[in-house]
Amino acid sequence: MNTSVDSAAGTTGTPAGTTVPHLLALGDDALIAAQRLGEWVSAAPELEEDVALANIALDQLGAARLLLTYAGELEGAGRDEDTLAYLRGDRDFRNCLLVELPNGDFAVTIAKLLFLAAYQLPLYTALRDCADERLAAIAGKACKEVAYHLDHARLWTVRLGDGTAESHRRMQAAVEEVWPYTHELFTPDPTAPVDPAGLRAEFLATVEPVLAAATLDRPADGWAPDGGRAGRHTEHLSYLLAEMQVVHRAHPGASW
Amino acid sequence: MSDRGGMTDGSTDRRGWPLWEVFVRPRRGLAHSHVGSLHAPDAELALRNARDVYTRRQEGVSIWVVPAAVITASSPDEKDAFFAPAADKVYRHPTFYQVPDGAAHL
Repeated sequence: MNTSVDSAAGTTGTPAGTTVPHLLALGDDALIAAQRLGEWVSAAPELEEDVALANIALDQLGAARLLLTYAGELEGAGRDEDTLAYLRGDRDFRNCLLVELPNGDFAVTIAKLLFLAAYQLPLYTALRDCADERLAAIAGKACKEVAYHLDHARLWTVRLGDGTAESHRRMQAAVEEVWPYTHELFTPDPTAPVDPAGLRAEFLATVEPVLAAATLDRPADGWAPDGGRAGRHTEHLSYLLAEMQVVHRAHPGASW
Repeated sequence: MSDRGGMTDGSTDRRGWPLWEVFVRPRRGLAHSHVGSLHAPDAELALRNARDVYTRRQEGVSIWVVPAAVITASSPDEKDAFFAPAADKVYRHPTFYQVPDGAAHL
């Protein structure tokens, strides 16, 4: 954690070393995860799971709104949460690749949620104690929500992995498909309020027992695609943004 | 978005999840009350589904889920035999007492 004090807080950083790109990384992760999870509404395997995934999406959206609002104010260029969400192009988004990947089947969605929550929980937990009080407050609220997301993903991972032959096959394939994208989450950033590099041990300590309980093989570490934090995304993000932004762009300034 | 929702598209032999009855205790000191039912594959997920469906607006501090199949219920056909005889036994009702001030939830 970087606790160096910047006496010129308000221009480029805060007492905790928070910068606009740091807040965008956190906020964009939450925003894009929310948009992807929202795609399940009316299409989940059962009505109850529909509600559960929508609840998780709304938790992420709530965190995204607080973080993007903060990013806009810190930037000081007059951009609010809507401007940041609806009027940036894909190259300006700082989210990790993991959250923009397509939902795939239900197993892929659960694998993505498991890995995201297992990363966000120690991240938000550490951010609760950072020197930036506003960011710490946002993290404190998000912590309890993400603990539930992790619980939900853990239960489903075990049930699918240790379920039928078909559900096991799909869950193993999903874990294999998504695993490479987890490496990007822990790219070192010593200037961040919490350096993500320090979170991987806890991530593994969370995820590996879940995979073991689910009778799933923990994939080997190898290919590690990245670039999301620098604005270099997969081809999937543009399509997601097109759907998310089309109404706002077609009717600028419209309100309900 | 043709690539999503694989589980809902191709599986024709998917059996429905069993039904669970949900009881929520609104706050400490009150009894759990039946609030509705839902579908879930097992008890753990039923509890979480109940949390999502029935306590989104802080309605409760405790949840019970019970498999609907284990509940033995009186039959509507037996309504008269079960309940009508109590109707004319006025002495069973504690209506001859004054309820003291401040005694809530009686």
